[in-house]
Amino acid sequence: MRVKLEIGKSLGEFRVDVGFASDRGVTCLFGPSGSGKTSVAQMVAGLLRPDRGRIEVSGKVLYDGAGGIDLRPEQRGLGYVFQDGRLFPHLSVRRNLAFGQKDGQKMERRKQFAEVVGLLGLSGILNRYPKTLSGGEKQRVAIGRALLADPRFLIMDEPLAALDAFRKAEVLPYLVKLVRQARIPILYVTHSMDEVIALVDTLVLLDQGRQIAAGSVEDLLARPDLRRLTGRLDAGAVITATVASHDPANGSTWLDFSGGRLVIGHAPLAIGDKVRLRVHATDVAIALDPPPQRISVRNVIQAVIKTVTSDESHLVDITLDANGATLWSQVSRQAAAELGLTPGMPVWAMVKAVTLGRDFIG
Amino acid sequence: MPMLTPLEMETINLSLLVSAWAVVGSLPLGVGCAWLLARVDFPGKVLFDGLIHLPLVLPPVVVGYGLLITLGRHGPVGSYLYDWFGITLAFNWKGAAVASAVIAFPLLVRAIRLSIEAVDPGLEQAARTLGLGPVQAFFRITLPLMFPGIMAGVVLSFARSLSEFGATITFVSSIPGETRTLPLALYALTQVPDGEAAALRLCVISVLLALGALIGSDLLAKWMADRA
Repeated sequence: MRVKLEIGKSLGEFRVDVGFASDRGVTCLFGPSGSGKTSVAQMVAGLLRPDRGRIEVSGKVLYDGAGGIDLRPEQRGLGYVFQDGRLFPHLSVRRNLAFGQKDGQKMERRKQFAEVVGLLGLSGILNRYPKTLSGGEKQRVAIGRALLADPRFLIMDEPLAALDAFRKAEVLPYLVKLVRQARIPILYVTHSMDEVIALVDTLVLLDQGRQIAAGSVEDLLARPDLRRLTGRLDAGAVITATVASHDPANGSTWLDFSGGRLVIGHAPLAIGDKVRLRVHATDVAIALDPPPQRISVRNVIQAVIKTVTSDESHLVDITLDANGATLWSQVSRQAAAELGLTPGMPVWAMVKAVTLGRDFIG
Repeated sequence: MPMLTPLEMETINLSLLVSAWAVVGSLPLGVGCAWLLARVDFPGKVLFDGLIHLPLVLPPVVVGYGLLITLGRHGPVGSYLYDWFGITLAFNWKGAAVASAVIAFPLLVRAIRLSIEAVDPGLEQAARTLGLGPVQAFFRITLPLMFPGIMAGVVLSFARSLSEFGATITFVSSIPGETRTLPLALYALTQVPDGEAAALRLCVISVLLALGALIGSDLLAKWMADRA
């Protein structure tokens, strides 16, 4: 399940230069609009030719500039989900879905068809035509169509970007289901950190065509130098945790992570499940003295200040090391000054809200 | 409306035959040229576009004369056709079909080109990612979506062919039963004393045929818009 690529291309005003390798699961190309991520996805698909480089997926070389290999899109064995769906208007949903199915055993084809229809909840709309579908339905059909082509790997180019918030919320759970069950590498292009946290294993950050960093979601989101790209407004940490116990009486679930214990609202998870938690920086307050017992905040973690970064605004960003896990905190410049917050100081982090980002770790 | 005379029937049949062959014969070339203009960039494209539209703006008699000197029995192409295939085009209905085809060609190409441009090339890309080669993608995706536009082009060029006069009379002259199509027959009647009544009848028939074609073309355009 490997994706390994290194490509360069000149696109008018800027150059695209990326190179990364990922071993499993979902690899994400992340960056603002115009950062070149769709171009990279199209090059992997063969819809755009790089100037130089090499693309290899699951051991098969799709493109090698030096070696003169450049497979055509139909030879690459891929599935591609476009941002605008691109369903064929003259075909019904059923025929759109089956469009890429290879010739083979009829029973096998029927079985795969039923599986995908079930996975994406499409049974009610099979006889409709694309013109009559909602945005969310169109994207689900587009995903199903790509899956039924029996691809060796899947490319999803901002599949949720054209949807409004409601439709996004409708389609995202299907994507989570898909990612959890997928046995093929997935290349996912997006500029939404919410999608990254819910779906992604390996993150590749792009800015104006250049690759800035590549690594696991947890690692990259913990780095202050990347904060500019990973999102200042929803700055926050991502923590891997394990489900420890449930407390039905209080409607909550307890989880263990390297820095201690956290409680969240009850989640339908099994004990021992590995999950990804999200802690927004604005929800973390810092105390120098041990916080009082009689306080509404239940999640109190001991940590050591790692970095303190300030810019022109009135806020200061602090990263905390909780025995290996990284937490972010955003405090006012005044508070930071009065408390004399500096790297190396032991503190207590009071976490007001923890949310479940991803209910499984692939 | 009183029954048609045998002469009228013969004239109408000839017109329909000539126009049908003109359209059917030029359709593949029309699709090809429309494709080139819509999707391909090549040196001299502007000139190519101009040449295709020439019959639309030239006097039809000029087009007919051009056909006569190239495709006539002694012309460069005409003599080749006769010597090698035994084909004569001058002064028979086949020549009339060629004349109509040339005159109506720009209309055919324009309509088909518009329909190609209306098809999102991204759909072909999507078909490629699903395993289709470029030719397959054209036949399974683009062509079906172009179909209403092709039909509109066919109807329009058919209507134009029915009304073709100048090129026809210059290239194949006005031979009754062979090349005397509806417009030529009408003209012949106006040159003859007491031909007014018959000419009027032919006039009405021509108008009805033309109206039918235009309405048909309009309905097809609506259908094309609905499918989008």
